[in-house]
Amino acid sequence: MIEVAVAQSLGAFALDVDFKTDGRFVALFGHSGSGKTTLINLIAGLTRPARGRIVIDGETLVDTARGIFVPACKRRLGMVFQEGRLFPHLSVKQNLLYGAWFAGTVDKSGAELARVAELLGIDHLLKRYPNRLSGGEKQRVAIGRALLASPKLLLMDEPLASLDDARKLEIMPYLERLRDEAGIPIIYVSHSVGEVARLSDTLVVLSAGKMRACGPTLDLMRRVDLFPAAEGGDDAGAVILARVEKHDPDYDLTTLVSRAGEWRMPRLDVAEGKDVRMQIKARDVMISREKPDNMSALNVFRGVVEEIGALDGASVELRVDCKGETLIARLTRFSVERLQLAVGEPVFAIVKSVSFDRRTLGSGWQDLRASDASAGAE
Amino acid sequence: MVASLPFGLAIAWVLARREFWGKSLVNGIVHLPLVLPPVVTGYLLLISFGRKGPAGQFFEQCCGLVFSFRWTGAALACAVMGFPLMVRAIRLSLESVDRRLEDAAGTLGASPPWVFLTVTLPLIASGVIAGMILCFARAMGEFGATITFVSNIPGETQTLPSAIYTFTQVPGGDEGALRLTLVSLVISMAALIASEWLARRAGGAGSIAS
Repeated sequence: MIEVAVAQSLGAFALDVDFKTDGRFVALFGHSGSGKTTLINLIAGLTRPARGRIVIDGETLVDTARGIFVPACKRRLGMVFQEGRLFPHLSVKQNLLYGAWFAGTVDKSGAELARVAELLGIDHLLKRYPNRLSGGEKQRVAIGRALLASPKLLLMDEPLASLDDARKLEIMPYLERLRDEAGIPIIYVSHSVGEVARLSDTLVVLSAGKMRACGPTLDLMRRVDLFPAAEGGDDAGAVILARVEKHDPDYDLTTLVSRAGEWRMPRLDVAEGKDVRMQIKARDVMISREKPDNMSALNVFRGVVEEIGALDGASVELRVDCKGETLIARLTRFSVERLQLAVGEPVFAIVKSVSFDRRTLGSGWQDLRASDASAGAE
Repeated sequence: MVASLPFGLAIAWVLARREFWGKSLVNGIVHLPLVLPPVVTGYLLLISFGRKGPAGQFFEQCCGLVFSFRWTGAALACAVMGFPLMVRAIRLSLESVDRRLEDAAGTLGASPPWVFLTVTLPLIASGVIAGMILCFARAMGEFGATITFVSNIPGETQTLPSAIYTFTQVPGGDEGALRLTLVSLVISMAALIASEWLARRAGGAGSIAS
């Protein structure tokens, strides 16, 4: 259980956040200047809040009312920084074992080191020095270093932000493995909707130092008000849970099944029968009143308009329920009026296969389904 | 030189990392021997660390340490003259250390003293070595302050430069002066080579990374 309720002001900027979560992978999402790095530094103990309390798994780390402040070095929270921050005078192996040494958990047999190195795919780098590593390798070593300090919680401050797209894709699977196998809860700071949609189970949305929402990622990604286009929410869109049904080598397509129906996507590199999650960007969803017959798009789902977002500006977000699966569509306000769309109206949602952003294709969604079920029960 | 290293590190750290009232005064006092004529520094040492000086009396009473007209005094004079150079070099390298690395070490469980020992010190090693070499060079060449403070007593307070000076003052002393000059050359050369070697070893990882 992570409980954070802190206030801090830095010049004109004021941070005021209050949330509690049981999430295993909590994403702190916000644009630059929203206060997410300030918040994670407060949790790590690198700065002191003006007032508030931070409690991790029942242990109070900060409580200004009671005068409690545990210094960073005693918190046992692993932190991964945006720029890695490896020690240049130490080898990769020495870097990895740095925290373990202070935690008193250095394993003489090296089994733990070997396990983490294997998990992160850095076993061949142990003898190198950080200056001889690529950006992606550095970041993986930094993650390993934090892990080996046997933290109670892993903090990650935009660990992918300084990497190019290819390197990001290289690290993402490791983050998924970390989430599913390491058994340590993670707080992950990011400004990328795609990363958050792919990795997190719980989402905390920050904006200008204030918390706008906190809850299961699936639920928040389905809201029409959290990621408006005006605030650069280009990547807004619902997260879909699906199972890979089969690959079609003739057309290089993959068929997936979700509650909404059958999806056909450009071939995905996932084994048949596997469960995946994928984010369908709101801008890639079209809406039609009639069932489109002679159309190139492969994914057409029958649904009902559930909610229509704020009717101002050029575009409007629409939530469409397709047999229990939710899609978010972004249309122009003009189209919404022309089609006379209203809540409860039956529509067809159309998703173009080739526009799918495969960076948001993630694995492991058992936890997500649980949160989905509980959300449905509410 | 070795004895003054911990003080040099401490002063450099305070000057580089801390803001406090009177910081510029401390900074000024540390650097004073650099600009003051050496004879003046020697004279100041004589009146404060001499047998009748306040500091001299204190040290004599508490640990029986006498500076005036002893080799200890010569060492003290050399240390004082070399100190600002050492502090300068260490302070500069301290200021160039990435504080974020120290933060990272903190989140990994290292308490501040350990952060200093395991991260800061290795990163400034080349600066510390440079400072020590500068300090050593200054100490070896030190003449004015030493001769004013502890005079030029053969076998007790005579330093290389003062011995060479003595040789040049007597007829037929050229041979002796030349011999000592050779000795100075060898020592200086050895010090330079040793420092180069040390800096390359200590800075091996650090310097490539920069």
